[in-house]
Amino acid sequence: MITLKEALKLSKEELISLKEELKAKIADNPELNAYIDVLNVGEGIPIAIKDNIQVTGWSVTSGSNILKGYIAPYNATVIEKLLAANMSPFGRTNMDEFAMGSTTESSCYGKTLNPLNPNCVPGGSSGGSAAAVAAGLAVAALGSDTGGSIRQPAAFCGIVGMKPTYGRVSRYGLGAYASSLDQIGPMTQNVEDAAILYDIIQGYDPKDSTSADRNDGTVSDKLDPNVKYKIAIVPDYVKDASEDVRNAYEKAIDVLKSAGHTIVEKTLMDPKYDISAYYITATAEATTNLARYDGIRYGNRVEGENLKDTFLQTRSKGFGAEVQRRIMLGNFVLSSGYYDAYYVKAQKVRSLIQQEYNKIFDEVDLILTPVAPRTAYEFGALSDPLEMYLSDIYTISVNLAGLPAISLPVDTATNGMPVGLQLIAAPYAEQTLFNGALSLETKLKG
Amino acid sequence: MFETIIGLEVHVQLNTQSKLFCSCPTSFNHEQNTNTCPTCLALPGALPVLNKEALRKAGMFGTAVGATINRTSFFDRKSYFYPDSPSAYQITQLYTPIVEHGTLVIDFEDGSQKTIRINRAHIEADAGKNIHEGSISKVDLNRAGTPLLEIVSEPDMRSAEEAILYLKKLHSIVRYIDISDANMQEGSFRVDVNVSIRPKGDEKLYTRVEIKNINSFRFIQRAIEIEVARQKEAWEDGVYEEEIVQETRLFDQVKQETRSMRGKEEAADYRYFPEPDLLKVIVDDAMYADICSIPELPDAKKERFVNDFAISEYHASLITADLENAHYFEEMLSLGISAKNAVTWLIVELQGRLSGGVTPSTSPISAVMLGMLVKRIEEGVISGKAAKEVLDYLLENGGDIDEVIEKLGLKQVSDTGALEALIDEILNANADKVAEYKSGKDKLFGFFVGQAMKASKGSANPNTLNEILQAKLAQ
Ligand SMILES: [Zn+2]
Repeated sequence: MITLKEALKLSKEELISLKEELKAKIADNPELNAYIDVLNVGEGIPIAIKDNIQVTGWSVTSGSNILKGYIAPYNATVIEKLLAANMSPFGRTNMDEFAMGSTTESSCYGKTLNPLNPNCVPGGSSGGSAAAVAAGLAVAALGSDTGGSIRQPAAFCGIVGMKPTYGRVSRYGLGAYASSLDQIGPMTQNVEDAAILYDIIQGYDPKDSTSADRNDGTVSDKLDPNVKYKIAIVPDYVKDASEDVRNAYEKAIDVLKSAGHTIVEKTLMDPKYDISAYYITATAEATTNLARYDGIRYGNRVEGENLKDTFLQTRSKGFGAEVQRRIMLGNFVLSSGYYDAYYVKAQKVRSLIQQEYNKIFDEVDLILTPVAPRTAYEFGALSDPLEMYLSDIYTISVNLAGLPAISLPVDTATNGMPVGLQLIAAPYAEQTLFNGALSLETKLKG
Repeated sequence: MFETIIGLEVHVQLNTQSKLFCSCPTSFNHEQNTNTCPTCLALPGALPVLNKEALRKAGMFGTAVGATINRTSFFDRKSYFYPDSPSAYQITQLYTPIVEHGTLVIDFEDGSQKTIRINRAHIEADAGKNIHEGSISKVDLNRAGTPLLEIVSEPDMRSAEEAILYLKKLHSIVRYIDISDANMQEGSFRVDVNVSIRPKGDEKLYTRVEIKNINSFRFIQRAIEIEVARQKEAWEDGVYEEEIVQETRLFDQVKQETRSMRGKEEAADYRYFPEPDLLKVIVDDAMYADICSIPELPDAKKERFVNDFAISEYHASLITADLENAHYFEEMLSLGISAKNAVTWLIVELQGRLSGGVTPSTSPISAVMLGMLVKRIEEGVISGKAAKEVLDYLLENGGDIDEVIEKLGLKQVSDTGALEALIDEILNANADKVAEYKSGKDKLFGFFVGQAMKASKGSANPNTLNEILQAKLAQ
């Protein structure tokens, strides 16, 4: 597949035939199930869109039965920005229902396969976007990342996935999972493409009150792999990861050293606190964000005997098991008598995590960590929800702290699956993040 | 002996152009569900953006009641499922409201005063409306997301009368600073009353009962009186514990009773937590300066009227209680008439003639018309008595003051020539009485005035008439 950078040079006619070619290839690969459907807006470069980003006239459903058939009446801000940059929303990609999951198995449209091994999960929740890019069925894609939902599927499928600083990219038009954690980001074939797509979608948006009102300019035109950085590594933090991941970590450290970067050892607090703070915060926000799906104004209503029964039936039949589990968890942690013990405490932990990162970034430019404890696993391998939650340990603290991070393929595991690692930067230091990632990517290739 | 404890929660709809978190208009009476957008319909992905005007107006209220204005406040989500609440949570301010710790002074008729503490005033979004038509229920979301200011008093009121004085003062203040239309019938000034009783001298608070959404001051007074009576009766009958429970009751205007809203109340758990879609609300220095400068308040206007126009405290408070009335009065004065006359004609003559909720400003008599009428009296064009006739006529038929005076033939004759001729005629016809008067029977002066008035069919200017008569009789 041609890269986004190359696609920028295509003529109108070439873009038309590229889209025809893509459509044919997608139709030839139905079992992959990366796309839910393939619609196109405009005459620009095709960009695949995760099914929780609003595109006018599209059925945007967040992979949920409760929204099946719902037609979005407006464009998300990122879609407006794509259109203004001569890019075309092209195809809805599959995802875990309401972005709650790490495998893209919980979609009402069925699971997406990992293009590198159909027995393995593509990761999630942006598994459709990752699989589409990895399978050569998309030039680039948009995903959303609440606790690793861009970075982890990117790592599982061997592509680049980037989560911007919280507030960098407007959330207006992103079907919300957890408002204080969600960010839309690029999923691409390489670091430079990620920077190009990031430049297009980022920027202050008055429609999103949590959007950062600052103007730091673009990064892709200033990309420089030769800037030397001080990069923190966290050996303690990595010791529970699989051997493949630890090997990749060592390899990346060597590559970064040979590229002239300075490596320093740091420690991060036990990620078990991240897990608690994350699942309490995310489910509390999610339970209220998903309360609007009541079947009254839109979406699929299941008529009950009375109002209360209609709410119950609609939501019991409309939401899948994992979504229901998180709604219940969120209601529990917010309920009176438990609020202080759970939600308030989780916010304290969250600010400790932020402080810990701030302290490290006082000394270094970047932190290198794994994306996931292991590579893409086989379907059904993680049947216990708690085990699944624990598989997010390396990604969620980045969301809790609102930091920018990028996942890129570093190695190949003994089973042939890609191993991705992530670089994390200080808030708004996206230029540093992309420069460091490009340096690593260039050196790995060279 | 019992003591009544009353606390009031008032929802004031802020009169901003657009809704609290989106740019939809707040205007009334549009076709159902037309003033809506992704945000106030709670469509997937839509986000709230705070309307700064609502924040400014809420802050102005804080200034008006001498409250603390929190330079940093927060919004919270209050969760509950109901069809008129599109997101199934209300965005409100539980933990840190914009306004805290204010006071409001109420004035009793005997001139005494009492300070009522205001616990807080917070900004929140209104719900839509459910419309039930037989077996079908509809939802209109035009009102959803309209800004409300919920003003919560401390339980400082001890009688229905005090509650009404508080509400009237509060109503007057929000109208004066123009943050709300405060129309009770249209629901832009909604009152919830919390009532409990306790034996006099007891410090503890007993079970409070909430009475919701009563749409006139008169009914609020009745509802409180009736609820207090119910609680006292239960106490005296020894069934207080069983019958008086913490609940919400409705006031039935027809049956004159309060009634439990639900059979058995489910304890609502609103699961409040900070609204993650909105950042903390900062009142910056410019906004704070803006918030601190508010229009003249009712009490200040009253003082000014007393000092500048030498009218009584009582009259001044009657006129300034209502902003429209105060403006009406000021407009009358702009015609250069005496304040004392303006007061009489506004309060006694005009208001005395109005009924059924009609106020001077909604009556057919404009301030300029009434002022003109007073001016004509002061100019001697008509007598005070004739002016009353003119006012009656105008209320009935409308019209131009001078034309009506002319039409009714009420213009006073101040033309000395005409009056002299008329008086000469009377004196000639009553030469005997003139002789008697001149020999010392002073009382006959009244007789001559009466005759002359009669001859002029009441149109003679009494002052001019007196002067001429005195001069002629002295000859
Ligand atoms: Zn709206």
